[in-house]
Amino acid sequence: MIQKKFENIAKAVADIHDGATLLVGGFGGSGLPSHLIAALVEQGAKNLTVVSNNIGAVSDGVAALISNNQVKKIICSFPVGPHADDLIARLQNGAIELEISPQGTLAERIRAGGSGIPAFYTPTAAHTELGAGKETRVFNGRLHVLEYAITGDYAFIKGHRADRWGNLVYNKTQRNFNPVMATAARITIAEVDEIVEVGELDPENIATQSVYVHRLVKLVTLREEEVLANG
Amino acid sequence: MVKDELKVGWSKIQLASRVAQDLEDGWFVNLGIGIPTLVADVIPEGREIILHSENGLLGLGPKPAPGEEDMDLVNAGKEPITLKPGGSFFSQSDSFAMIRGGHLDAAVLGAFQVSMYGDLASWKVPNDPLGRVGGAMDLTVGAKRVFLCMQHCTKKGESKIVEECTYPLTAPRCVDRIYTDLAVIDVTNDGLVVQELAPGVTFKYLQERTAAPLKDLADQLVKGESIQH
Repeated sequence: MIQKKFENIAKAVADIHDGATLLVGGFGGSGLPSHLIAALVEQGAKNLTVVSNNIGAVSDGVAALISNNQVKKIICSFPVGPHADDLIARLQNGAIELEISPQGTLAERIRAGGSGIPAFYTPTAAHTELGAGKETRVFNGRLHVLEYAITGDYAFIKGHRADRWGNLVYNKTQRNFNPVMATAARITIAEVDEIVEVGELDPENIATQSVYVHRLVKLVTLREEEVLANG
Repeated sequence: MVKDELKVGWSKIQLASRVAQDLEDGWFVNLGIGIPTLVADVIPEGREIILHSENGLLGLGPKPAPGEEDMDLVNAGKEPITLKPGGSFFSQSDSFAMIRGGHLDAAVLGAFQVSMYGDLASWKVPNDPLGRVGGAMDLTVGAKRVFLCMQHCTKKGESKIVEECTYPLTAPRCVDRIYTDLAVIDVTNDGLVVQELAPGVTFKYLQERTAAPLKDLADQLVKGESIQH
């Protein structure tokens, strides 16, 4: 029987190795797999390359890994926010390399990575600093830049409900980067609010299919924490 | 640049309303962070304009009532918003397929600088190690129309409209129309043409605060010159 659920979040991230490439879903705090990030801070893997849209928007996002000196490279579109100070300090002393990718290009690079497309041309960033030095080609009279696919060793995903197979549904704009990142990693780990039996999710609503999800962690609600604490 | 002594022109909300007037019934429109976000609150009554938020939403509604905020329902500025009936959620890939694929009728964006040729600089100040590109470069190459909605001058009183951008570009030759607190200005093949002046603003006043040559629509019409986008 397929069983992707890990009872212990620490075990779900235990094998993440030094130097791994990690895709982290979310847009600011929305759809952010913050419990998996906290578990990885605890686990301590170093020299990570982290791909995530926003860096520094919230303290419990990728900023926590940066502050804990676990990151050697960031690929993102928006490295700005109230918790970006540690990133700025590490950029200045050369401890972290930053690659800024336009948001749509970032999404498409990940989509390509998950779909077996090694690279693609886009008009985005042509004639700009972010397109400088990249291969270009003119299509229909317009300059395009060549962008390479991104894949991860691991992806951290936040979903709302999962079934035992790992099918996922999301809650509102929590979806953002999560479905595309789920497709592009060797091991995709999803933290979800609820895990239900196979067949309980409406097949029309499944936004991430079980084929992409390898491990599930169910978040413990505050109420469940109370019950556990009080026996 | 000349420092403002008198308070003339449009307030931020009046400016947003002026932009909203030009958004047509049935359009799909993306609103950028900052003043453009205010446009959502001043869409003219009876007009169906479907707002797109690049984090993965079509059908963005107004701000929720206090206490009704849902942090899983946010806009591109990560502020809580509401979803209108008919609204939908989708992934980043789908969101930027809509943007890059030319499916949006207009993007309303902020700017650091815009040149007389419609070059836009909006994501990075010179020598900043970071930069905040987000979806700006995709929106400027993908939306059918790019409208800027911004203060005419910086806080230091410098014109944001310039002959050549000195800030890093978001995209060249992409801006169609500039809405500022002082005027509505079209970017045309014949240069910058002033379409409308805000209350209390004269053409001379506007030109003194603009670091690129402006043409007066009235003059153009008198001369019988055709103005083309």
